[in-house]
Amino acid sequence: MAKELSIKDLEKKASELRIAALKAISKAGSGHTGSSMSLMDALVTLYYAGGAEEEDYVILSKGHGAPAQYAILADKGFFDKSELDHLRQAGALLQGHPVVKIPGIAVSTGSLGQGFSVAHGIALSLKLDKENQKVFVVLGDGELQEGIVWETAMSAAHYMSNNLIAIVDNNGLQIDGSCKKVMNVQPIRDKFVAFGWRVIEVVDGHDFEELIDAVRRARAEERKPVCIWCHTVKGKGVPFAENKVEYHGVALSEEEMKVAEAELKCN
Amino acid sequence: MANYHIKLEGELEKQATRKSFGEALVKLGAKREGIVVLDADLSCSVQTAKFAAEFPERHFNMGIAEQNMLGAAAGFATRGKIPFACTFSVFATGRPWEIIRNSICYPNLNVKILGSHAGVLTGEDGASHQALEDIAIMRALPNMKVVQPADHVEALSVMEKIVDDYGPTYLRVLRQGTPLLYSDERPCNFEFGKADVLFDSGKGSGSKPGKVDLCVFATGALVGSSLEAALKLTEEDGKKVLVYNMSSLKPIDEDAILEGAGRAKVCVAAEDHNTIGGLGSAVADVLAGEGVGVRLVKIGVKDAFGESGKPADLYKKYGFDAEGVYKSLRSTG
Repeated sequence: MAKELSIKDLEKKASELRIAALKAISKAGSGHTGSSMSLMDALVTLYYAGGAEEEDYVILSKGHGAPAQYAILADKGFFDKSELDHLRQAGALLQGHPVVKIPGIAVSTGSLGQGFSVAHGIALSLKLDKENQKVFVVLGDGELQEGIVWETAMSAAHYMSNNLIAIVDNNGLQIDGSCKKVMNVQPIRDKFVAFGWRVIEVVDGHDFEELIDAVRRARAEERKPVCIWCHTVKGKGVPFAENKVEYHGVALSEEEMKVAEAELKCN
Repeated sequence: MANYHIKLEGELEKQATRKSFGEALVKLGAKREGIVVLDADLSCSVQTAKFAAEFPERHFNMGIAEQNMLGAAAGFATRGKIPFACTFSVFATGRPWEIIRNSICYPNLNVKILGSHAGVLTGEDGASHQALEDIAIMRALPNMKVVQPADHVEALSVMEKIVDDYGPTYLRVLRQGTPLLYSDERPCNFEFGKADVLFDSGKGSGSKPGKVDLCVFATGALVGSSLEAALKLTEEDGKKVLVYNMSSLKPIDEDAILEGAGRAKVCVAAEDHNTIGGLGSAVADVLAGEGVGVRLVKIGVKDAFGESGKPADLYKKYGFDAEGVYKSLRSTG
């Protein structure tokens, strides 16, 4: 485990990273504000609270949440922070969705469901090599509508890939509206359990104590792949954007950015 | 016969290139620990069962779930393995196409895709199982290489090169046997981006190759048919014919295409594939790009689906057997 940060430190770090991600999206004038905010705390748990060890894989299958991971990778020194100013611009390192040419990105994602399948391939390969690393993969709840997700879920249970840990960022919203209305993916727990997974529910996906405990338990699982089912808030940390589907794939304006930054700095 | 390059006397021995692939896989698997094989419930048909029996820990049956098979293959390649994802061509290329695009070709991963049972040669299973668009859709992907060996010997050579090469590759093999063309006397040394002249009755005795009536660019099972047709045209009709084996469909040998076309009155592309997007289109791109004004006739399935039937009957119906190709060539040039 990496050096322990207090819960307060983690919250502060998450706020800073939220500001960095939002600024990058705002400057680009394009990007997924809501999604980057809902999964930030899960990523902070993996990267800063010892959730993931250095050699572990952290894969964003919901690749549109990339700005959150980019902000973290910049903060960790994988590339210069100034790269965030060029997100989504022609010739820039930081593409709209993750790609392996970016330091710290192991899998190119963006086409939903695929990152999960690739993550499991990595998990199988690690087992073949008798390596102990874990593979963390973050999925959206809307993403669970993709058929490949369930092909992957089936195969991970079949091969008893306990080194695969899926984090479902259950913010309840997708581009066209609420997941329930567009295409109901619930009951998520029952589905994963039926496919042979262990499910750990995180009632508040923005509570670090709960997140850390869930990841610790997931790492200890000896037979099954694990789904950490996190209930999250889309746009978390930006009050005027919280739970608003309108902010799924929209950048904050300069004015909005100022308000958001002030709010986040108060936290 | 010296100018013909390949012996075509009597009944030629046949072997299906899917079997050659399976043999090569076991042989190479013993040498290369990085090779892993993924299947989608067709390990007997695509001849990976031997590898599975020999190296069970490196064999992963992913069930009837081709999308996840290709995704998992990308994961193995991410870890530096050499994964072969194997099933029928239709399901290896069509169903998971977008996964191949985004998760394999975009990050340029070393995934080898084996598509067996390509073309109407697949026979009785009918149109649903006869890939006729696979070359087109694989060729269109950046970083992807596309190869179709013409016979058993070439398939073995191709496999040696594929495992030493880096990058995504689509290997197209066939269910039915095709004549053995290469031998100890005429060995095969497959190279990516290289075509092979297998017949040239217009070679002439001078240092400069002579003009020919027809230049045939053929791939897969149509190589054997084209060679027999070329022999007949030469011996019975007094035509001069040049035949290239185009096993490397991408990268394609542009120099060979221009050289062959430069000698020919008419060019022909022959393939068990849709005439849209396959070898014929690749040859046309090269000729048009260089402003070569020679006519190009495409032998293939003309924007249609296949059907059930005995492979030999279908080859007769579609004009893909030696007699059919002979008739097409004779009416062409």
